[in-house]
This record gives sequence, C-alpha cells and structure tokens, in this order.
Amino acid sequence: MLQLTPLVADSASNLLAARTQMGFTLGFHIVLACFGVAFPAMMLIAEYRGRRHGDEQALRLARRWSKAVAVLFAVGAVSGTVLSFEFGLLWPRMMDRFGDAFGIAFAIEGIFFFLEAIFIAIYIYGWDRLSGWAHFWTGIPIAISGIGGAFSVIAANAWMNTPAGFTLGPDGAVESVRPVDVIFNTSTFHEFVHMWVAAYIVTGFVVASVYAVAMLRGRRDRYHRLGFVIPFTVAAIAAPIQLVVGDAAARDVFNDQPTKFAAMECVYETGDDQTEYIGGICKDGKVKGGIALPGVDSLLADFSTSTVVKGLDSVPPNDRPPSPTFLHWAFDAMVGLGFAMAALAAWFGFAWWRRRDLPRTPWFLRAGAVAGIAAVLTLESGWMVTEIGRQPFIVHGFMRTAEAVTPAKGIWWVFGLTVAIYVALALVAAVVLRGMARQWREEGDGAEPEAPYSPPPEPEPAP
Amino acid sequence: MSKADLAAAILWIGVTLYATFGGADFGAGMWDLLAGGSERGERARERIDVSIAPVWEANHVWLIFVLVVLWTAFPSTFSAVMTTLYIPLALAALGIVLRGSGFAFRHALPGPVRDPATRVFGISSVLTPFFMGTVVGAIASGEVPAAGDGDPISSWTGLMPVVTGVLFVATSAYVAAVFLVRDSGAAGDEELQRYFIRRALAAALVAGGAALAGVFALHADARYVYDRLTSEGLPLVILSGACGLAALGLLTRGITTAIRPLAVVAVVAVIWGFFVAQFPYMLPTTLRIGEAAGASATLTSVIVVFVAAAVTVLPSLGLLYVLSQRRALE
Repeated sequence: MLQLTPLVADSASNLLAARTQMGFTLGFHIVLACFGVAFPAMMLIAEYRGRRHGDEQALRLARRWSKAVAVLFAVGAVSGTVLSFEFGLLWPRMMDRFGDAFGIAFAIEGIFFFLEAIFIAIYIYGWDRLSGWAHFWTGIPIAISGIGGAFSVIAANAWMNTPAGFTLGPDGAVESVRPVDVIFNTSTFHEFVHMWVAAYIVTGFVVASVYAVAMLRGRRDRYHRLGFVIPFTVAAIAAPIQLVVGDAAARDVFNDQPTKFAAMECVYETGDDQTEYIGGICKDGKVKGGIALPGVDSLLADFSTSTVVKGLDSVPPNDRPPSPTFLHWAFDAMVGLGFAMAALAAWFGFAWWRRRDLPRTPWFLRAGAVAGIAAVLTLESGWMVTEIGRQPFIVHGFMRTAEAVTPAKGIWWVFGLTVAIYVALALVAAVVLRGMARQWREEGDGAEPEAPYSPPPEPEPAP
Repeated sequence: MSKADLAAAILWIGVTLYATFGGADFGAGMWDLLAGGSERGERARERIDVSIAPVWEANHVWLIFVLVVLWTAFPSTFSAVMTTLYIPLALAALGIVLRGSGFAFRHALPGPVRDPATRVFGISSVLTPFFMGTVVGAIASGEVPAAGDGDPISSWTGLMPVVTGVLFVATSAYVAAVFLVRDSGAAGDEELQRYFIRRALAAALVAGGAALAGVFALHADARYVYDRLTSEGLPLVILSGACGLAALGLLTRGITTAIRPLAVVAVVAVIWGFFVAQFPYMLPTTLRIGEAAGASATLTSVIVVFVAAAVTVLPSLGLLYVLSQRRALE
C-alpha cells in the first residue's frame, strides 16, 4: 500500500497535467484552424469582386490577406503537428486500443492538409505568375480543403463523443472496424456544421475588428471600409444561422449524450418540466442563484414541458463530468455571446437594408471591434463544453481519460515550456502581421512584405 | 504481399519522402546556421531561402502522414514507440515547432530579433533530425518492447541510436548541399556552386564515416537487421553505395549533371534496404508487421487514402514546383 499510494497520486496529477496540456494546445490551435477554414474564402470573395468589377481596392485586400493567411497557416501547421505528437505522447493507451478506429478520419484529413499547404503556396506564388482568373481558381482548392480537413478532424472528435463503427473482441481490443460508421457517427454532422459555421463567424468578426479599429482611428477610406464589410458580412450571415444550428446541436446532445446535456444545463434530477437556469452555482445537487425559467429546459430539449430530461443522477457520481458550474457557465457564455453577435448582425443588416451603409454611430464600430474577441471566447466556451462535458471519458462509455494517460513524468514542465513557446509564437505572429500592415500603410502598393511561402524579391540578374 | 505488408510499405514511402525532402530542408537549415555572417554567407542564405521557401511546409506534411498512418494502421506500435521514446520524440516536436516558426518569421520580423530567429531555425534544423535518428536507431536495435514502456533513457542513448542520429544529420546536410549545388548552378552563380560542392563533399565524408560506424553498431546492437542488411538487403546497400560514390566522383570533378538523382537514389536505396532488413518485423525482433496491424477494414481505408493522396497531391506538387521555377509574368 505504501508503494501504491505515490503511484496513484502520480497518475492523478499526470491526468490533470495531460488534460491541461491538451486543452491549452487545442484551445490555441482551434483559433488558427478557424482561420485556415474561413480566411481563404474571404480572400477569394475579395479577389472575385476585384476581378469581376475591376475593383482595385478589393484586389489589393485579397493580395494582402493571402499573406496574412500564410502567416496564420504557418503557425497553425506547427501547432497542429504538436497535436499529432500529443495523441501519442499524452494518450498512448487510447491510441493503442482505438487507433485503428479513431485514426481513419485523420488519415483523410492528411490529404486535405497537404492540399491546403500546397495550394496556399501556389496561390501566393501565383499573384505575379498566373493571369487573372487562373489565379482565382488556384484559390478554390484552399477553401475546399479547409472545409474537408475540418470535417475529418471533427469526425474524429465526434467519434470520441459517440463512438461507433467497431466491435470489441473478448479481450477488449478492437476486432473489426466499419470505417464509414466511424466517420459518420451520430455526432459528426451536427458537430461539423456547428464548427464550420463557427469558423466563418470567428474569422469574419476577427478580421473585421482589425478594420473597425482602423476606421475608429480615422482611416475611413474605401479600402478600410471594404476590409470591414467583406468579413463582417460573412460573419453577419453566419451568426443567425448558428443560432438555429446550435439549437439543433443541443437537441442532438440531449438525445445522444444525456450526461453532457445534464451537466451543461445543470440538471441534477431526472424528470419532466425541467427548469432552465441561466448562470447560477451548481453545487450539492442544487442550482443556487441564476435566472430560473421553469419548464424551459424541457421545452428546449424537445418542444414540450413534459419532456423528461435525464439528470446527473442517472449515472454514478464517478461517471459525471467535473466542475459542473464551470461547464454550465461555459455553455451559457457560448449561447449568450452567440445571441449578442446575432443581434449585432441584425443591426448591420437593418442599416444595410435601409441605406446601403453601415450604422453611422461610432458605437457600431466599437461593437464590431469587440465582436472579434467575443467570437473567440464563444468558440473556446463551446469547445470546453464539448470536451469537459465528455469527461471522465476519453472515448465515451468505453475508455476513461485516466486509463488513457501516459505514465511518463514531467508533463507539468513540458506544459510550462509549451505556454512560454506558444505565447512567444502568438506575439511573433502579431508583431509580423502588424509590421506588414505598417509597411502597406507607409509604402503603399509597392510594399511587398516577406511572408511565409512568398517568393523572395526577384534576384539581381547575374552579371 | 498481405494488406498489412502493403500498409507497412505505405508507411515506409512516407518515411522515405520525409527523410529525403524534409531531410533536405533540415540540411539547408544546417548550412544556413554554418554560413556565418560574411557577405558570401549572406548569398548562401539567400540561395537557401529561394530553394526551400515554396516547399518547406509541404515537405513536412510527410511527417504528419507518417504519424497518422502509424497510429491508424499499427496502433500498438505507435503506442509502444511513444511510451518508450517520448523524450527524443518530444525534443523532435520541440525542434519542429522552433524550426517552422523560425523559418516562417525570420524575414518578416523587425531587425533586432531577426538574427535570433535565424539561429533558432538553424539549431533546430540540426537537433530535429538527430532526435528523429535516435528514434529510428532505437527501434532498429530492438530497444522498444512490443508492449511499450521501455526504458525512457537508455533506449535511445546507446551506440546505435546515437550513431543513427549523427547519420541522419550528415545525410540531411549532404542531400541539401547537393540540391543547393544544382540550384546555384541553375541560377548561374558559379562561385556559390563551388561553395556548396565543398560542403557536399565534407558532408559526404561525415555521412560515410557515420555509415561505417553504423555498420559496427548494427553488428553489435541490431544483429537481426545487420544479418538481413548483408544478405537480402545487400543489393540495395550496394546500389546506395554506388550512387553515393558516383555522385562524389562527379562532384570532385566539378560535374553537376545527374548529381541530384544520384544523391536521392543513394538515400532512398538505403532507407529501403532498412525496410527489407527489418522485414517482417515492425519492431525487430519482438513484433511482426502482421501482429502489429490494426483491423482489416482500417488497413483497406489507409490504402485507399494513400491512392487518393497520390492522385491529388502529386499533380498539385508538380504545379507548385513549375510555378516556383517560373519567373514573374510581366
């Protein structure tokens, strides 16, 4: 027993360290992944507008955005590579047991990632080497592979929530796999659509926020206006759609992952006519404080107050997700911010419908500047609900996260180093992007700041 | 050939492409590190940039490919390697992060931090292939138990892993120098071409020395691989040696035609010699390919995905290559 105690303590602290490490690196990467999925689409909208209507400003935006896309893709490729190492370094037991089911979607993702990397380079090289529409068309594979890559990775994550498509042998090992069922498990569709739309919202509002700040500082020329309007419009179309998609996703979670649903809505006791709580502290089987809306939780779950919602009491205490209050708040934050962004989109839509112009008050641009931060917070909250809500399982119902974790020591040290490097990486990316912006502002069209993948300046002809 | 063998061959194709092209990128980083601050060093750096800028990301996607195929088709091997060799693997991952960001940003950064970024890029270009090499050497010498959880330190600090690490570094440097000889020749810079010829020769000598040491290390620590490498694998070893020597002979005479294919064949042949020598083991001599393989339908998926990748990725890479060689439209 004396021997065993430190071992157990060790593995518990390893679990927390590994989860923290994974959560941090995923949380970092997911923002860049959004840009990888949606930024190329906005760049192509700008290029299309530029070529179709001979709009020089739009073309200039497309060209400059392509360099920002390259910077963000370069950082995302690095943080994504780290994640593939982490599957093995942090969760070797899961990969050992389920790699041949879990991995299939990643194998497909590999192709999309590869194509995206190649076509980003082609697109950037092509600005001066391909003519007109030919250049535009080389951008299309970037946008498509971004979507395909997102679908594959989401399919793998969805599989962890609602595992399907495999049979276990008597020893608990995977015996046979049905790849199509693995990829199209019950959560794949709603998770993918939810994330896909989210990528457009996050990228749209973040890019628009940059131009909102510039316009608030007085740079209100057509170039900055266009830089605001294109991404903002994309996000403003996506934000109200997301309310519908998110609502449908929550009902899927209610049906397929009742424990997660109970945790995010803070439902302790199974029963009908469940109260919806907004905010509040979830403790000792009760919700303290917060706004209580009687019956609304049942109503949202299946359109009737008589809908029975399973509570956390439907599973043994050690099968319940940790930190219920945090989870509940993360869910409420996601929903609340989602509504706020949809309201901002409606404001914009109304003004555009009435006057073909942005709302005149500076408060609109201020809100636009904040929307970028809000969108990222919403994204992170949503992922925390998905991931923490699945705990204590890594493969829901089949393997606990504690069983999957590596026994290797020193993860907290690695975590410390990772935080330091990622903070530095984020700072460097920010410095580089700001430096590009400054150079464009000061030198105008002649400026060709160097970006990853971009051709070096034409060398002097050899004497 | 069973489906599992085919999946193993696909894995090995990924390893080959990563070792050759990713390796050339690492080697270029090394030459960048060693170029010094002189005016000639600056010119060498510019040449290195021109050569790797368009392809550096695509070359490293092969690593993701290798990892994904390994964990999907051979999950137990992946887990055994990861639970034993986590220290060199984590260090290689660190090297990849630093290398990728160092290269991506060194030009875009403002003056004062540009030099440190360049040095980070160069140093991690040496360390990453070294740690990757120790992983391969540890696997070849049977340091990774089939059930995983091998010794985290001694598994990769023995003679064979360390020699393999050095061999990886030297080979990367050699391939990179040969590519750069050809590229500076194509750009009409003869002085720079001679500069890289000298470096290619130096790297070839180090790589040859490491390869010889590797033979002794194999004999001592990896007897199964040694025996097969000197029998079934022998034709590939001879092919590799012949191409390597031929490239050397041409380089010393200042002839640069055909050196690139020769150098590539020399590297590819030795990688496949290893594949033959390890066959039919995934982890010599404790885990066979057939035992290590995952579910049958998964192997089929991996094979289908590989074919799809070949059909879509190769033409795209070709297009990128053509574009990067083309000058700007007027």
